[in-house]
Amino acid sequence: MGFDVAFLWSTFVKLGSAVPMTLGLFAASVSLGALFALGITYCRVSGGVLLSAFGRAYIFVFRGSPLLIQMFLIYYGLGQFPAVRHSLFWPVLRDPFSCAVLALAFCTAGYQAEIMRGGLQAVPAREIEAGRAAGMSGLLLFRRIIAPIAIRQALPAYSTEIILMVKSTALASLVTVWEVTGTAQRLISQTYRTMEVFLVATLIYLLINFIIVRLMALVEYRLSPHLRERPVTANSGGRQGEVHG
Amino acid sequence: MADAPVPAISVRNIHKSFGQHEVLRGISLDAQDGDVISILGASGSGKSTFLRCINLLETPDEGEITVAGEAIAMKRNRAGSLVPADRKQVDRIRSELAMVFQSFNLWSHMTVLQNLIEGPVHVLKRPKAECIAEAEALLEKVGLAERRNYYPAHLSGGQQQRAAIARALAMQPKALLFDEPTSALDPELVGEVLKVMRALAEEGRTMLVVTHEMAFARNVSDRVMFLHEGIVEADGAPEDIFTNSDSERFRQFIGNFQA
Repeated sequence: MGFDVAFLWSTFVKLGSAVPMTLGLFAASVSLGALFALGITYCRVSGGVLLSAFGRAYIFVFRGSPLLIQMFLIYYGLGQFPAVRHSLFWPVLRDPFSCAVLALAFCTAGYQAEIMRGGLQAVPAREIEAGRAAGMSGLLLFRRIIAPIAIRQALPAYSTEIILMVKSTALASLVTVWEVTGTAQRLISQTYRTMEVFLVATLIYLLINFIIVRLMALVEYRLSPHLRERPVTANSGGRQGEVHG
Repeated sequence: MADAPVPAISVRNIHKSFGQHEVLRGISLDAQDGDVISILGASGSGKSTFLRCINLLETPDEGEITVAGEAIAMKRNRAGSLVPADRKQVDRIRSELAMVFQSFNLWSHMTVLQNLIEGPVHVLKRPKAECIAEAEALLEKVGLAERRNYYPAHLSGGQQQRAAIARALAMQPKALLFDEPTSALDPELVGEVLKVMRALAEEGRTMLVVTHEMAFARNVSDRVMFLHEGIVEADGAPEDIFTNSDSERFRQFIGNFQA
């Protein structure tokens, strides 16, 4: 196999034009999934028997079954029912992009909910108690004390989930969404140059994830000056982050 | 005593059980403005539980709590236990009774200065600039002005507890509740915290202090309460109670500290 730079470059350009689709799937499903996850986490930690059972069942089903099958069920499966075809959801459920986003969002919601629950449970009880003793309760306590600590605790696990989601968007190619992997397969069926095309696709995923990893690391760094080492010099002025950063 | 002033804190007949174990069996206390009351007792005597009942971090099973003349409204739920009738009132009263904890309980994600202004800005809804200026003065007072942008994890235990005391003061509370403030500290760090507390007592702050520091109880407080198995076993001015208490148990208790 020769090293055909011109072909590699033209493949890169063609696959690059599918990157917005991959990023669109990723951004829509991660944010929709985060919304669902908030609801499921609420169910899970609410203490109510029914709500908590629903939360558990949801997480069990969506973490425990293959995402690809979930996607097939939503895109190919639901259309079999006339009731679905005649419902007001049909414009959404007949569209491959929306179905892929829904399947990805349902699935990541299960994982994200567990990550959020872990973050919440890791909030030290005594910091919550200090908030109560100062007269905080309800939303104020959640917004000022519980959520900020929980988010910091959950961030590393959340980064992993987000990177997994970038890769999971590749499955959308199997319900006819022309994102990077789907476009790569189409190119291969035209050129039969499997190795080169998939290598370029791999490179594109690595680039996307490299940027996401760096961004998440930056967020983590910004949010956790309290977990870094104590500043070396006993400065009286500036912020600690700047001593190290 | 006909025109006795309204007590800063008045607690009547507090009972509290955890399961079968009755921790508090009817404890009452009146603290006037400026009183410094030390609450002593062996571990398990119920002294921390009693303090935590005053700001309802523990809900008492029986009893009444009045802060500056305002009774905390309580009602019975379906199971028959006492619960606060008005959560908003509880939040407000808690903001008037600042608490200092054994393990400091500073908010780990905030700097010392942010810890100090959190309550005043978000609970008391006061202007931020004003709160920062006051917080800086308080940090000066507890000797932490240089450390205002540090996070709790970067401070020693003694510094964290002084920061926590400053955080309590920032709420401009009517009274301060100290729950074993020096028990989690290395011995060499106890002194710096006691020094700050002594200064507060001299300013005329109203303080309830659950402690094992006999010297503080004896030399700084106006009154000493000794709890034993959930009741007040001895109570009085330190100069009386430490020299001639009629409670055999209290004499034994202080004897252990002198040994």
